[in-house]
Amino acid sequence: MKRTAIYGMMAEFDTPGDLVTAARRTYEAGYQKIDAYTPFPIEELSEAIGFHRNSVPLVVLIGGILGGCSGFALQYWIHVINYPVNVGGRPLNSWPAFIVVTFEMTILFAGIFAVLGMLALNGLPMPYHPVFNVPRFAFASKDRFFLTIFSSDPKYDGIDTRRFLESLGARSIAEVPS
Amino acid sequence: MDEPTTQAPVIEPGHTFATVTDKISSIVLTRPTSNGWLLGFGLAFLISMGLLYAVGYLFLRGVGIWGVNIPVGWGFAIVNFVWWIGIGHAGTLISAILLLLRQSWRNSINRFAEAMTLFAVACAGMFPILHLGRPWLAYWLFPYPNTMRVWPQFRSPLVWDVFAVSTYATISLLFWFVGLIPDLATLRDRSENRATQMIYGMLAMGWRGSARHWARYETAYLLLAGLATPLVLSVHTVVSFDFAIGIVPGWHTTIFPPYFVAGAIYSGFAMVLMLAIPIRKFYGLEDFITDRHLNNSAKVMLATGLIVAYGYAIEAFMGWYSGNRYDSFLLWNRLHGPYSFFYYLLLTCNLAIPQVLWIRKLRSSPLWLFIISGVILVGMWLERFIIVVVSLHRDFLTSSWGMYYPTRWDWMTYIGTIGFFLACMFLFLRLLPMISIFEMRTLLPEAEVKPE
Repeated sequence: MKRTAIYGMMAEFDTPGDLVTAARRTYEAGYQKIDAYTPFPIEELSEAIGFHRNSVPLVVLIGGILGGCSGFALQYWIHVINYPVNVGGRPLNSWPAFIVVTFEMTILFAGIFAVLGMLALNGLPMPYHPVFNVPRFAFASKDRFFLTIFSSDPKYDGIDTRRFLESLGARSIAEVPS
Repeated sequence: MDEPTTQAPVIEPGHTFATVTDKISSIVLTRPTSNGWLLGFGLAFLISMGLLYAVGYLFLRGVGIWGVNIPVGWGFAIVNFVWWIGIGHAGTLISAILLLLRQSWRNSINRFAEAMTLFAVACAGMFPILHLGRPWLAYWLFPYPNTMRVWPQFRSPLVWDVFAVSTYATISLLFWFVGLIPDLATLRDRSENRATQMIYGMLAMGWRGSARHWARYETAYLLLAGLATPLVLSVHTVVSFDFAIGIVPGWHTTIFPPYFVAGAIYSGFAMVLMLAIPIRKFYGLEDFITDRHLNNSAKVMLATGLIVAYGYAIEAFMGWYSGNRYDSFLLWNRLHGPYSFFYYLLLTCNLAIPQVLWIRKLRSSPLWLFIISGVILVGMWLERFIIVVVSLHRDFLTSSWGMYYPTRWDWMTYIGTIGFFLACMFLFLRLLPMISIFEMRTLLPEAEVKPE
């Protein structure tokens, strides 16, 4: 990313519909490095800004497999290898009795991977971020919808980009200092 | 999902993104702490100090201060453990299972139902540890390399229970916290005071509502719900294994897992209603927690109550049909033994009285629902009492028969956990948004994106 004093240009919209339309048109106009900010999840929006690769499910799958395998391996190692206890001559690898803990460990690891994976992929926790420098951005967690074109975008230009955002019918436009 | 128009709405009409945000966040941020809250919290805190006292004395003297002895070794500790953990189940059912079933009415009650789950599991978790006799050695339950060179016995349902309950507590906490992140960001942006901005800001971890973040967030949230669904069913199943794997008459039955899970949801929804009805009244949240929510919760109670009734019927039938003298004696003992009064009281509370919920008018009357929910909670507590005490107090040998009487310490510990639970609930209501703000926004008509 180029080091510039300006992080990007932020446009504000009144309704989720306006934002989705604007995001779609911005992406179609050739802007690649854009992001949208909303007070609640909007399904169409991630498509509109060209976000397709969501690797959270893969992370959860890895967590689940890891948890299940390590849960079973723990019990097998304890009861068959390290500390075998003969209960009436029954097999040491009494796997049906190990199912419950294996299952619980699968859920535990998958759940922890889901949360930590989601946070890590999102780059959170992040104590400082330039978008918060725009005073109006406080409404992004209430009832306003924002679209940002980053200055690192090759097509970004202080004047053209502003004019483009104006043509989308933005309610207000602000430069984001980095 | 579109219901016929005769039903009450999930949110009263006329609300916007801004009004929903302001109404819920103002309870935490701007409203002065009311005298009612102070009184309620003070009282609950006082009662939980009773718990501290009872536990302190327990640590000093040992479990001999309780009414447990041979043959009834389980007593109040296990009764209360099962009761509390059952109550927790409704929170996960509402937040996870109803999310997967796309029951969007759950959006206004899931947050505090999840909080209820957490606090109920905290209360539940205390009892088995206090019951250990040497509670300072509770960590022996977990497998860790130790100088004694021994390991837990993974073929025992009691060890399964440790894993089930601790996983349940962890996943419930994660689910609740993930749900809170966007709302914490709202509180950070709304608050005007530097200290609260810092605190909510730290907890929100820099959440900015980016579309990429939301996409991953929604995936993670849905997957967590998908993981929590089999988990919640497994937890009470494993709790029922604590009984069903044993050979004690009345415990050793295959009906236990489904019957326990249904009972858990039954008592959990009763607790949800007992909390929701006063909360919506005192905080003026009738717009968000509408008669529709009360009605739906009452229907869930009615349905799960009937599953529980089926469980009782099968227990009684198997007592007769099995031809096993110990099982049929147990049935006779429940109906005519020294604790028969409580068995009839249980049937009245859990089977007879809740049938009035068939009447539509009662299902939308907050006062009646509050009373019936209280009755169900008492009934479900009695159910666990009957299962634990009546089965144990008549051992296989008549020479080992005995009686179980709870002591004042048993009562003090039990009532103390209710105080602890309520004190936590009061703190939660005051410090965190009790209704999920961002999920409420998605329910508003203006949240729809019209196709171009």
